Amino acid sequence: MSMLVPFGPQHPVLPEPLQLRLELNDEKVVSAVPVVGYVHRGLEKLAEQKDFVQDTFLIERVCGICSFMHSMAYSMGIEELMNIEVPDRARYLRVIWAELHRMHSHLLALGLLADAFGFENLFYNIWKIREEIMDAMECTTGARVMLGTCCIGGVRKDISPEQAKFVLEKLANFEKMFKRSSEVLMGDYSVKERLAGVGIIDGKKAYEMGAVGPTLRGSGIAKDHRMTGYAAYGELGFEPVVETDGDCYSRTMVRIRELYQSMNLVREALAKLPAGDLKTPFKGNPAGEAAVRVEQPRGEVLYYLRGNGTDKLDRLRIRTPTFANIAPLLTMLVGCNLPDVAVIILSIDPCISCTER
Amino acid sequence: MMQVNETLTLENQLEKIGALQHQGYRFVTMTVVDKGEEFDIFYHFDLEYELHTCKLELKKGDPLPSISGVCFPAVVVENEIQDLFGITVTGLVIDYEKHFILAPDAPAQPFCRVPGVGVTAVARDANGNLTAPAVPQEKEGEK
Repeated sequence: MSMLVPFGPQHPVLPEPLQLRLELNDEKVVSAVPVVGYVHRGLEKLAEQKDFVQDTFLIERVCGICSFMHSMAYSMGIEELMNIEVPDRARYLRVIWAELHRMHSHLLALGLLADAFGFENLFYNIWKIREEIMDAMECTTGARVMLGTCCIGGVRKDISPEQAKFVLEKLANFEKMFKRSSEVLMGDYSVKERLAGVGIIDGKKAYEMGAVGPTLRGSGIAKDHRMTGYAAYGELGFEPVVETDGDCYSRTMVRIRELYQSMNLVREALAKLPAGDLKTPFKGNPAGEAAVRVEQPRGEVLYYLRGNGTDKLDRLRIRTPTFANIAPLLTMLVGCNLPDVAVIILSIDPCISCTER
Repeated sequence: MMQVNETLTLENQLEKIGALQHQGYRFVTMTVVDKGEEFDIFYHFDLEYELHTCKLELKKGDPLPSISGVCFPAVVVENEIQDLFGITVTGLVIDYEKHFILAPDAPAQPFCRVPGVGVTAVARDANGNLTAPAVPQEKEGEK
């Protein structure tokens, strides 16, 4: 006989409110239906009320974790509408801050995952390592999360040689400290027991269900929007990280390997940082339609913008990565055991404030 | 600039979207734009990093057939569209009955345009100077 169990919205392993109505047969999940709407803020509508320059700050508040990448995607959309060319130095600085954001986001996700499967010591350790990245962001921007450095036409702040040296020192600390934690995540018996073979979704299904980011790449599909070469990625020799098993362990491995990859991208971008202006001045208002995609830590975000030649946008639409990963999550949950539900949810690194906007 | 690759009608919408999926395109999302008398509904698909967009014009008050039967990932965004724009989507695989993202006591269809409500947009010329408001203001004495 099956029964209905509400999982969340308040649950010890969920950092944000999300409910799953689980239909269980004994301890096996038969079906799952998501219930959202606890943190909907109507930001897309609010963006239509502000002028398009103010929106850069508003958009950054869509998410408290990948805030820089939201403002970057939005700025790229306006730049496309107004035909603004971003200076080379700004393109590289955007990569540096975007990859630092990816690093702190992945460390946050790995820590929460460790907490979900009961490895508290690992959780504390990973979040302690994350502070190295937060220090690098604070040093270069004056802020830890809401950097406020991306603007239409480029960036607002520069990175001085002294700051670059500090960032490189912090990355060296990160590399040394994370080596031990990543060894535990990759090789510890109890970690593998909780993650390997759990929440499997094969590549074909993940692709059809619209999975993005590490959720898709953990199922063997080499799809990462940075491959299109936006900002300065096309000049930094980027290749997507892929794992093939499609389980929670694979998705975790993708994040671990991407952390090292992001570290190398920041180092390379700092080494190649060209001289020049930080932003291109512009005049007028955006007109027309643009759809821009950027690879965030959880996957690809889509921004649709429609300008009407005034200072207010007609429409701003944001499709966040967690929104795209809801359908694949429902597929992963079917057939799993109840104690694995929390681990599977955290393996897609859900961001509910992003999802509901 | 975004390209509209195909125009859909209510009659051929499901057939064309099914054909796209057959060709390997995968669903990205949908976008709704309120144009006053009608909605622009955009279906965004992706193949090899290229965005493929289909457009359907829907008169206000007309129901929109769901594509969730042939494209399950669309069920989430179609429910959101029901909530935010008040569009009735028929044939949804999972129907939250207009309470997917909105609480029961939330305002109905909050993303629809209400004439005369909201901040007035202004236009700027090529030099960045303010010109006349783009949206006509209500005249004094008019309701």
